[in-house]
Amino acid sequence: MVSTNEQSTSKNSWEPRIVAFFCNWCTYTAADLAGVSRLRYSPNARIIRVMCSGRIDPQFVLDAFSKGADGVLIGGCHPGDCHYIEGNYKALRRVQLLKRMLKDMGIEEKRFRLEWISASEGERVKTVINEMTEQVRELGPLGMPERFADWDKELDILEKEINRKGETVDA
Amino acid sequence: MHGNGHKEDIRIGFYVCHCGHNIAGSLDVKSVAEYVKTLPGVAVSRDYKYMCSDPGQELVQKDIRQNKLNRIVVASCSPLLHEHTFRIAVEKGGLNPFYFQMVNIRENVSWVHTDKKAATEKAKDLARAAVQRVFSHKPLEPKHVKINPDVLVVGGGISGIHAALTLANAGKKVYLVEKSPTIGGHMAMFDKTFPTLDCAACILTPKMSQVKNHSNITLWSYSEVTKVDGYVGNYKITVKRKPRYINEELCVGCMDCIEKCVYKEGKTPDEFNAGLSKRKPIYIPFPQATPQVVLIDREACIEFKSGHCKKTCVEACDRNAIDFKQQEETKEIEAGTIILATGFKTFDADKVPYYGYGKYQNVYTSLEVERLVNASGPTSGEVILRNGKTPKMIGIIHCVGSRDKRTNRWCSRTCCMYSLKLAHLLKEHTDAEVYNFYIDMRTPGKAYEEFYDKLLEENVHFIRGRVAEVTDCAVRPEEEGKLIIRAEDTMIGIVRRVPVDMVVLAVGMEPKEDAQDVRRMFNISCSTEGFFLERHPKLAPVDTFTDGIYIAGACQGPKDIPDSVAQAGAAAAQALSLIDRGEIELEPNTAFVVQEECSGCRTCLTICPYNAISRDEEKQKAFINEALCKGCGTCVAACPSGAIKQNLFEDEMIYSEINGLLKLTSTECC
Amino acid sequence: MKYLYYPGCSLRSTGRAYDESLLAVSKKLEIQLEEINDWNCCGATSYVSIDEIDAFSLAARNLALAELQSSDEEVNLIAPCSACYLALLKTERFLEEVPDVSAKINSSLYKAGLHYNGRVNVRHPIDVLVNDYGLENISKRIETPLKGLKIACYYGCQSLRPYATFDDQYHPMTMEKIVEAIGAEPIDWSLKTRCCGGSLTGTIQEAGLRLNRFLLKEAQKSGAEIIITCCPLCQHNLECYQERISRFYDEEINIPVLYFTQLMGIALGLSEKEVSMHRLFKKPSLKRFSQKGAAAHAW
Repeated sequence: MVSTNEQSTSKNSWEPRIVAFFCNWCTYTAADLAGVSRLRYSPNARIIRVMCSGRIDPQFVLDAFSKGADGVLIGGCHPGDCHYIEGNYKALRRVQLLKRMLKDMGIEEKRFRLEWISASEGERVKTVINEMTEQVRELGPLGMPERFADWDKELDILEKEINRKGETVDA
Repeated sequence: MHGNGHKEDIRIGFYVCHCGHNIAGSLDVKSVAEYVKTLPGVAVSRDYKYMCSDPGQELVQKDIRQNKLNRIVVASCSPLLHEHTFRIAVEKGGLNPFYFQMVNIRENVSWVHTDKKAATEKAKDLARAAVQRVFSHKPLEPKHVKINPDVLVVGGGISGIHAALTLANAGKKVYLVEKSPTIGGHMAMFDKTFPTLDCAACILTPKMSQVKNHSNITLWSYSEVTKVDGYVGNYKITVKRKPRYINEELCVGCMDCIEKCVYKEGKTPDEFNAGLSKRKPIYIPFPQATPQVVLIDREACIEFKSGHCKKTCVEACDRNAIDFKQQEETKEIEAGTIILATGFKTFDADKVPYYGYGKYQNVYTSLEVERLVNASGPTSGEVILRNGKTPKMIGIIHCVGSRDKRTNRWCSRTCCMYSLKLAHLLKEHTDAEVYNFYIDMRTPGKAYEEFYDKLLEENVHFIRGRVAEVTDCAVRPEEEGKLIIRAEDTMIGIVRRVPVDMVVLAVGMEPKEDAQDVRRMFNISCSTEGFFLERHPKLAPVDTFTDGIYIAGACQGPKDIPDSVAQAGAAAAQALSLIDRGEIELEPNTAFVVQEECSGCRTCLTICPYNAISRDEEKQKAFINEALCKGCGTCVAACPSGAIKQNLFEDEMIYSEINGLLKLTSTECC
Repeated sequence: MKYLYYPGCSLRSTGRAYDESLLAVSKKLEIQLEEINDWNCCGATSYVSIDEIDAFSLAARNLALAELQSSDEEVNLIAPCSACYLALLKTERFLEEVPDVSAKINSSLYKAGLHYNGRVNVRHPIDVLVNDYGLENISKRIETPLKGLKIACYYGCQSLRPYATFDDQYHPMTMEKIVEAIGAEPIDWSLKTRCCGGSLTGTIQEAGLRLNRFLLKEAQKSGAEIIITCCPLCQHNLECYQERISRFYDEEINIPVLYFTQLMGIALGLSEKEVSMHRLFKKPSLKRFSQKGAAAHAW
């Protein structure tokens, strides 16, 4: 596995990369509203549209972190407002568990955020993305792909050593 | 890039839209197109001025044919705006419409970022994600749903009335549900309408009786929608019919019972007269109320309070229409489309204590003044103040509760014009000096500015300045016993103190108290102010984000009668176009179970909010009923064996988007 | 309950009745007030119009001293005089929100060997009594309910403008709530945030008196027996010029003007002496409420 991300290799030009999963009906619409209202916010978040925050598999979040995201943001409808009645509650449940897991994995709390943003809250999209960008910027790059590469290297060396020992024993 | 292309030869066409300067002004579209050209699978990559225009769509279609493209990605505006447009274009080009993906580089990029370089980078990332995503797209058939031709209209104000009549005249069966005992809404309370000064009742009441008499309209007044199930074309609605304690079939509206009520005088503030008069416990809102049926106010009626009333009303009714045991009824109806015309409420003047409403008896709201100048109002159209006098000096304060950060920020649009109308009527009725205190005069509308000119010639005074306060603290002798309006006259730069006998507060328009509950029940959204949100502010002003539900009138935002009627007509037309099409294509984003992979664990069964998943006990597998599935995808994320997939949002598609965003090609990820 | 206390100059001169009654009431309610050591001018004088940064620096020194004196995470500092309250609050806000002003102030503080970390919360005593201590708790401790006593509450300008931290800017009601809690009856009048004349009474006296008269007349007309206020300048203006106004306008103006803490003190069972009623020029007749003989003796 080789990562080709140029941004994280040179420290000076590093910019936080945030993957955002927004539900179609509330938060994605709010992001559209932010656009229509020409609100200016930092360009660090990349939005993936899903129909409902309930569709977001915790593995999406883990995958994003492992592939080089420095932060992950989930946006859904306010409690009681879900277009699909209760998908957002399911999302909340998963997020709670996932947060504990991420903590155990050593990923800082501020890198992962769930926000309820309704279709009318364009301003909130701006605030949340700006806030999160700054918080992640302060934390610095997460660099999971690089860590994986290092671990792979260590494993390779270890494997080689084991093999060599095996050879000598065999001999 | 190796692998993945095995199954078929993927040939992607990528198009980046300039959207005039909207996109091209903030990011380098050429470099996005050039970059995407280098990505695996991309056969064609172009930029074009307006992709949504005919030549733009034809460009895609020509490329599909000439370059044998089998996937299309367009980077332009939000998919919520033009995804449908491009899918049709792709289909016309001979491809399955779902071999298409849209990239939002306008609302999500060019309109929100100022750094051109960063914006261009972000656009490239998003484009790459979409290009990688379309590899796993599959051909899909949209689901077709039949449209029940019956329509539910909620709210019986002028908007609801107009929408209901339009539909009924087109031969559709309409259910009109109104919360209060009569239809007519706010308009029924008005005396005259601007700018023509024709009488509101004269133009409204004929429409009200048409509603009552129309064979295609079922009118349920004093009723509320309590539950909405189903989906476009097939809504199931539960309506609560509140008891009037009068048999609606029997009552002919003779009002004998009202006269004979044991109460000789009314004691309850009359809602229809904005509380300026009192009504009895048995009453009819106003003589032309529709349906013309009386009702009993449980809270005020002695029989309900003590059970020991002489019940003179019952004696008076020769049709035996009074029924103290009447119960609430629940009706269930089916309708294919719904029009919400639930209206507005006026700003509560108590929230601005410095204007003295409720404290000084001669401070009125505009709605009260509508009743005061109305010939059928509490004073029969004579302007007599609460202190029994006729005013000689009147001040009208504009923008009460509007255009103010402390209350509502929006302009209520109607107040300038109705203030002019009230100024004219008050002057006509009393010959008083009338002062208008305004921030800006807003008179955009046919013959509106001319009406303003007319008022200027009628010697109505206009003072440009926001009023600071209404007080009874006299400083000069001529102020004694008067209400003093204090305002900065910004035209001459001084503070004016204008002593008056009557103050009229031109209160603004607000979302109705229960707008949020209604919104939840019908599964639509509200804008920041709390008015119902339209699908697009310009191109879909009466649609909502929920198919088959339309909005009309002041529930969508402040508007006057002509605009409300126009919108009601538009909403009816939208409903008609759907009904006459007979069916609607639904997004085929439903979920399905891959049978071989299902372990039959039942996790998904409890998670589905629509009970769309059942378990075949024999095969020990889960099944999803496609007709019931609404495509939220919650079960997909919950399935422990990964056996459930959602069309258009398969795991593979989302993973390739994540990888694409993070600059990994699809082979590097797996 | 413990708070730091910044009396300011007025409370140690013309406004002593405010200082003494506030301390007495606090003691009675078991609210501890600890005066800031070595406090200085709040900067609310004409200094502001000459050099705002210098005026801010003066105020900031008090904030920095308050921080030194308390190890609490959030230091609640009570400033009873409206001018002090606003000057300190404004400085606190500027330090927090305007980086270049904050930098200048901190460099001044540095020269005095001080630094401000942003822990101080400037509070008005009305706010503390109503929102921290609670109206219910006040009612519980009332010994002499001032039944039927009609009170006009007067807030003046600076306690609520431009920062309305504890009530509505134009139509405040908190002091009225206190009045109700002590059993008296607040009257409804619309001039409770109107200008008292400020320093005009000392400069362009005619203008000052006109503004002043307007308030007094209206309070009297509304049936108030007493005006209560929360600002030493307001109290001075409203109380001291009544005779002059009466003479000048040839009309009867006569109404006692108390600090709200004095009235509270009486209701809490303190003697008139304890709430420094003797420092007023116009003494209210509260005899009908004094149950204890001691209160009468105090004269």
